[in-house]
Amino acid sequence: MRQGYFTGPILGALWLVVIATTIAVTMSFATGAAFRPQVLLSVIWGALAGLAYVRFPARHASARLGVSALLGLTCLTSFGPVLIGSDTTLQAVLVTVVAIAAVMHLSMAEILKELPFGELTRHEYEDAVIRFCTGFGYIFFTAIVVIPFYVMVMTSLKSQQALLQNPLDFSLDLDQGWALFRSYTELFRDFNFGSYLWTSFYVSVLTVFITLAFSIPGAYAVARFRFKGQKAFSRSILLIYMVPMIVLALPIYIAFSLTGLRNSILGIVMIYPVTTIPVALYMLQGYFRGLPTEVEEAGLMDGLSRLAVIWKITLPLSLPALASVSLYVFMIAWNEFLLAFMLLDDPSKFTLTRGVTMLNSSEIPRQHLMAGAVIATIPIMALFLGLERFMTKGLTAGSVKG
Amino acid sequence: MTSATPPTGTGALAKREARLAWTLLAPTIISVSLVVILPLLAIFWISFKPFTLSDLRPPAPVVRESLRGSGDDLRIEYRLRNSSQDIAIDGVTVRDVLPDGVMPLGDIAAPCALTGQELFCDFGTLEGGQRERIRVPVAVDGDPDAFEDLVEGSEPTVTGSGPSVLTNFEFSLENFARVFDGDEFWGVLWVTLFYTVFGTIGALVMGLFAALLLNKSFKGQGFIRGLYLFPYVAPVIAVAFTWVTLFDPFSGSANALLVQMGLSSEPINFFGERPLALIMVTVFEIWRYFPLSFLFILARMQSIDSSMYEAADMDGASPFQKFWLLSIPQLLGILSVLFLLRFIWTFNKFDDIFLLTGGNAGTRTLTVNVYEQAFAVSNIGAGAAVAVVILLCLITFSLVFFKFISREEGL
Repeated sequence: MRQGYFTGPILGALWLVVIATTIAVTMSFATGAAFRPQVLLSVIWGALAGLAYVRFPARHASARLGVSALLGLTCLTSFGPVLIGSDTTLQAVLVTVVAIAAVMHLSMAEILKELPFGELTRHEYEDAVIRFCTGFGYIFFTAIVVIPFYVMVMTSLKSQQALLQNPLDFSLDLDQGWALFRSYTELFRDFNFGSYLWTSFYVSVLTVFITLAFSIPGAYAVARFRFKGQKAFSRSILLIYMVPMIVLALPIYIAFSLTGLRNSILGIVMIYPVTTIPVALYMLQGYFRGLPTEVEEAGLMDGLSRLAVIWKITLPLSLPALASVSLYVFMIAWNEFLLAFMLLDDPSKFTLTRGVTMLNSSEIPRQHLMAGAVIATIPIMALFLGLERFMTKGLTAGSVKG
Repeated sequence: MTSATPPTGTGALAKREARLAWTLLAPTIISVSLVVILPLLAIFWISFKPFTLSDLRPPAPVVRESLRGSGDDLRIEYRLRNSSQDIAIDGVTVRDVLPDGVMPLGDIAAPCALTGQELFCDFGTLEGGQRERIRVPVAVDGDPDAFEDLVEGSEPTVTGSGPSVLTNFEFSLENFARVFDGDEFWGVLWVTLFYTVFGTIGALVMGLFAALLLNKSFKGQGFIRGLYLFPYVAPVIAVAFTWVTLFDPFSGSANALLVQMGLSSEPINFFGERPLALIMVTVFEIWRYFPLSFLFILARMQSIDSSMYEAADMDGASPFQKFWLLSIPQLLGILSVLFLLRFIWTFNKFDDIFLLTGGNAGTRTLTVNVYEQAFAVSNIGAGAAVAVVILLCLITFSLVFFKFISREEGL
């Protein structure tokens, strides 16, 4: 098993299947033309390439490059790793050929780095397998994350007919200029999305402030004071994590219906913070515990009251944690769907998530739904990418409600 | 020589501290118990009651007032009816003050009486569907049309309330009988278990794989880490609808791709066929939550002491050996905590399945069943009964959870 002339072809064969599939899928999504990976041929070609890369060490780079170039050129016939449809443009064919050759050469050289032709040591063998898995992992995860978001954005820019004609064709007709964004303009003009955006925004911001106002004192008390029931309290915070929202939503729906709070922003603003207070409290008390008590004690000695200590010493010290918590709470409130869906029926009071749900009907074209999804995603993504460090910290610290 | 004894009991300082602690905690405790504890009790209460969506509007007397007729026949008419067709309302009274300038003439029928300008009627019990009419003959000084608005503008006060299903003390096990009835319940339970177990394990394994990929520093590591978090951070409606669009049998790109690659001869209805839909929602769950496991596992990996790996290198351990014998034992703690947490949260998950399939095509989990029973079948009592079943399951899980987590986290 651990022979270079054995490991090389196997990894080569598997790798060419991965590469051929990746390139075929990428090209299909980019051009909408027919690209088909041929698994059996890929296995044969890949095994040959693997054998060649093991046989010729790195100093025979030209021999290796020749094998890869040959691989790429076979795509022009019907015996290559990727079968290209007859109605494909010349550029797309050329890109495919060059991509197969170049990607194959670079990645094979990396995976089968210094693999000798003969017997392998355990380290050499396992390192090669790990390099293969790493390459596969990057391609796999990037594909599964990128493809849905790519489809989301591109669909929102297409027209219904174009979509039904060839669902794979995501090429954009840039000549139409601003008309490209007609789904978006229609959403803002006819579907009132401007007001939904604004509602979602201020509901989320209010939620953040109310949550902080409630959870900061609570977290401080749990973190710093010794009192009876402290342990039980920090445990029950965790327990609240475990109550499913739908179970709570049912009685809340009844209570709000009876009191007339249903269908009002006030009701939403009352309910959202309560779902986030336990998370925020848990995250903050963890952070407060990590702060040195000496600074606070010094403040107490100098005659500050406890509340003044919290306001003047603890809070300024925990600004990064507050930022994480705020971002995280903002994200929860912005993405919240279930309560908005159950409690809001009046289109003039919809939050963004509720507004997008409304678009999911057979009468409204798909690109409007996708445009709505993009509008809901972009603000949270922008926040996330801009403040990724805080966000990641917040996510890990809070062990996070899912 | 007297030896100093330490003070016993709670000192004044400690007492003051405890009092301050409770004061600071009070707002949280009050709000959380209002929105969490109270609803939980309510769920148990409702689950024993035959409560349907229409009971949300309890029966009430409805009255409409109008000025009718002309000349000598001029009268104010009150039409009273019971909003419910079959439930009686007790203690029904109507009170109204006639506006100035309207003079009542003559007597009015039995349950009503006039004192000056004030009309008061006591109907007692109003049967289901019963209608009553009160006629008050009047004379006005001036144009009757002008008085019409005046008369109809003054709202009469009506009292009387029907029995509310929510507050009486009649209980029945009917909801539970309905929920446990037939094979449906076991089907739902099986779907829930499949979804929970495979969703949890899948997300953990994928998270571990992704964490292994990123557990080295290279240029762009931060960017890729951010990218891999996208599925978790994006709003659930956005990604769920994207998946529905992507896998649509008619205009979905995934189907077009499969057909084009020759993997399938005709489009597949991914979210509409029986075993496939359940697998797809589980895959969605894995896709959406692998970033979370990935983040936690990566954080733990980066805190493992690197000298252990150096020692292993000196001893000639191979990469696989290092992974199995060093990394995995080190990660076992976080993996088991993550497993339990994710298990419970996946069990609780509602939004994802609801948006993807609406619980159709064999994807109805317990949480979706709550919604189905309560709103689609409009039987809130049955929905509450399912919720009680969920809570009982969760209590079992939590007991297990705390047994483990207190060991792992030292809580």
